[in-house]
Parts: sequence; structure tokens; C-alpha cells
Amino acid sequence: MDLTREEEKAIAGEYGEANSIAYRILVAIGEATNAQYLIPIEWAHVSGVNYNTIGDSGLDFLKKISKDGKVKIKTSLNPMGFDRKNIPDLSDDFIDKQFEITKMYEKMGITPTFSCIPYEILPIPSTGTHVSFAESSAAVLANSYLKIITNKESALSALASAIVGKTPFSDLRIEENRNPNIEIVNESKIKSELDFGLLGYFIGKTMKKSCTGLCNIPKNTDFWGIKSLSAGIGTSGSCGMFQIKDSSKNNDKICYGDKEMENTKDELNTSEDGQIITFGSPQLGMEEICKIATLMQGRKFTKPCKIFCPRPIFNKSEELGISSVLQKSGVEFVCDACTCLTPLIKKENYDSIITNSVKAAYYMKTSNKISVALKDVKTIVKDYSN
Amino acid sequence: MKNRIKIECKRIVGGIAKGKLLFSDQPLNFLAMVNVKTGQINDIHHKLNNQTLKNNILVFPNAIGSSVGAYTIFSLKNNNASPNGIICTNSVDITTASGCAISNIPLVHINKSNFEKLNNYSIEEGNNNNTKIIVDAENEFIFFNNDKSI
Repeated sequence: MDLTREEEKAIAGEYGEANSIAYRILVAIGEATNAQYLIPIEWAHVSGVNYNTIGDSGLDFLKKISKDGKVKIKTSLNPMGFDRKNIPDLSDDFIDKQFEITKMYEKMGITPTFSCIPYEILPIPSTGTHVSFAESSAAVLANSYLKIITNKESALSALASAIVGKTPFSDLRIEENRNPNIEIVNESKIKSELDFGLLGYFIGKTMKKSCTGLCNIPKNTDFWGIKSLSAGIGTSGSCGMFQIKDSSKNNDKICYGDKEMENTKDELNTSEDGQIITFGSPQLGMEEICKIATLMQGRKFTKPCKIFCPRPIFNKSEELGISSVLQKSGVEFVCDACTCLTPLIKKENYDSIITNSVKAAYYMKTSNKISVALKDVKTIVKDYSN
Repeated sequence: MKNRIKIECKRIVGGIAKGKLLFSDQPLNFLAMVNVKTGQINDIHHKLNNQTLKNNILVFPNAIGSSVGAYTIFSLKNNNASPNGIICTNSVDITTASGCAISNIPLVHINKSNFEKLNNYSIEEGNNNNTKIIVDAENEFIFFNNDKSI
């Protein structure tokens, strides 16, 4: 990769240790993705906040890089382990270390959004703007739906890009790589956000390219469907973009029919029933919270139900009186955190959960070792409220 | 010479590493599948289930899934449970590259024809515990040998 004299000075440490580490990360990524040079970006979204996922090693690294590290551009932050304003019954050690982590990020100038859906909190830049999104679901959604450009970044690459304001020019940042020569042809009946999640999980697992075409998708797809699709793709693979389009004669094709959908569900659905309902992986936005409220029609959940959402979304739904309606239905809102890898749902307390999120199902099953009953939101409301 | 093979590779993160071959034709989600304290892979759907990354040379297509996997690689290194070196056979993903960069784990990429050589070698030597690989990312070659003396 060609570096400018300034960039070489930064690697050598002339502008401090944080800059040197950041450039070393970006050069490695540049080599990995065959980039020729670095380009400026306007927004970074950083993951690696939950103490449950980055642990003591992650905290040590953040202590080191935050000594002299400051972000140069708008930078948002992924969820942490719990709700800052409603601290749960976790060990003092966990809580202390979690706050140390968030302190390091804030010290670097990062906006403490604690959200995996930053695009529902902060303004979206204009079409074609280069950003750097860690958080796999947000990266896929940014490329495919928001029409802004990112690679499927890592926690470290997004942080490095936040510090230097640049990223290697490679892969999905190059226009020709955003035009797929392979497509997934849907032949299944997609009826819910869960079905979109399953399709996404299949795509991630099957697709080896960074961008895929996606054909024969229902025209009336809502935003929950797009979020589930993006999260599914981000969970199971390395693909960072889909393009919903008409089938093209020249493209290679992979069929996704009822059988593929069934096999995907069989892999992720490990229980018939669960002890607690969780919504939000990715976190819910206003649209999904309103949808649950509408479906509930004042009924009460028959099992405990947690909704994970960003604090600004919760505040808005509180102002509009929507959260209080749902709280009367038995919902507990959890801000700042997300179902995925939360320390709030542990094997010691729960054997099984009910969720409509394929991403939550994957991490609950693989990391938390908890079984999952996968049901779409309408079925959850129908089966578990009265 | 069956027991000494040298193949070219591309350096992503420099250094020289030696270890036993741990070969997978399936990608890995580091965050979800790997125990950071022991290096063990825990996923019943993965062919390497119950095997450990520790002190081995991991040969795999690329990482998938969570962006936080980069921290998992760093934690493995800090816990002395990391692979000694990594070879990507599909494309080198950003998670693996950035994780190795801050952990100083030598990381290289091999092309398709060299991947075939490595694959054949791993099938032939798959159960031979003496099979050691040397990843010389500095000089961009991989050297492997089933001689106990290395």
C-alpha cells in the first residue's frame, strides 16, 4: 500500500502511540484487502464495548490506546453489557470494568450511543459517503439500504479509522465490487421478519462474495424485515452487502426455497418453548416498538418480556406514551444493551428464550449455551399474551 | 521430497511462527466459537469442535460474523491460548487482519494453487502429530516438515 510521508511518520510514532497503533491496523487491513491507499471517511461506528465480549484484554488495550488517542471524526458506539440507569444484579467487578471501558471510549471523544442501530439515532450522510461500520448488521444495512459505503469492519479497524479519519480503499469501497455477479433467488414464502432473518443467515453462510444480488423478494418489505435480513447476513458470513433486484441472465444463481429455509430454522431453533421473551438484536427502533404495541392491543404478556433499544428511542417512546402502554403489558425496557451476548441472560438463570431474532438465536445458542425458540413477532404475541 | 515442502504466501502481518497444522475448510466466528481462556473451539456444527487453536498454525478460509472477533484474537494472545500463526486460504478478512496486527501473530494469505498443495499435504499428513509448519511471513513462504528435529 502506498503511504504518504505523513502516514509513514504516524506509523513510526511521531504523532503518538495511538496513531501508530491505528495506522499499523489499517496497513495490515490494506495488505489483506489489496488496497493501494487510504481514503477519508466521515463516520465511524465502533464495536467492542460489552465487557462480556472484550474482557480484561480488551480493557487493557483500550487503556493503552486512549492514553493519547482521540477520534478525528463523528464516532458512535455499540451497546455495552447493561442499562446504565437501571443497573442489574451483576458482580461489582463486571460493573466496574464495564464503566472503565465506557470511560476509555468517552475519553477518546466517542459519542456514547450504546447502540447497534446508530442509523436510527444519528443523521444519515448523503448517498455514496464513506463510513466505517463495525457491528456486522449495521455494515450490511448501511451498504444495502442506506446507500452509504463501508466494508464489513472489525471493532479494531473501525476504531483505527475513527482515530485517523481514514480507511483502506478496497473491496466494497470500489464501485465495481458493489455490482454482484452472483445472486440468491428466493423461492420461499417470506411472511415475517423472522423469515427474513433466516434468509439472511442462509445468505451469510452460503455467499463467499462481498456483495450478492437478491431476487424475488416481497415488494412490501418493512424495515424490521430489512434489519433482520442484514443481521442474519452479518452473523453467519463475510458478505457485506445485498442488492435487491431483478434476476440477471448473466449472474450465477443460488436457490433459496422452502427446504433451505427449513434447514436454516432447524439449525437455529433449538427449543419449542422458552422462559423469557426477548426482542432486539439488533436493538428495536420506533417502528418495531410501535408494531409490538399495536399487536398487543393492551393485552398482557404471559412470560417476562425484555425489549432492548437505544436510550434515545426509549425516551421518544416514553414521550409519546408508547413505552408506558407496553410496560403495562409486562414489558421491561433495557437501554444501552442488546440481547446478543448480554450478561443479563445467563445459563444459571435461563435454559431457554423465545425471540424473533436469528442473530440473538445464534449467539445465545453458541456463546451463552441457551436454547432458543424462534418465532416471529405475531406468533409470539399470539402465543404469549392474553 | 515428500517431507519437506515450501510454498509461497503473501505477508499480511510479519513474523515467523512454528506449530502443528490445524486445518479447517470451514470459516470461524472467533467471538462465538472460541473459548478465549483455553483456545478451544466450541461449536457442535464446526468440524474443529473441541480442538484447540493454542500453539498451532491455524489454516482456515477466513473469519465470519462478529466484528468483535478481533478482540477475541487479542485476548487469546494475552491468555497464551492463541495460534502461533494464521494462514487464510480464501480472503483475509478485516477481523483476522486487525486482530493479528495488534497481537503480533504472523498472518499470511495463500493463493488457490498453493492452497491445493497445502490441502493435499494436510490430507496425507492429517493424523501425523509430528507435522510442523513454519510460517515465515517476513520472507513470504511456508515451509513444512514432518521431521521431529525442527
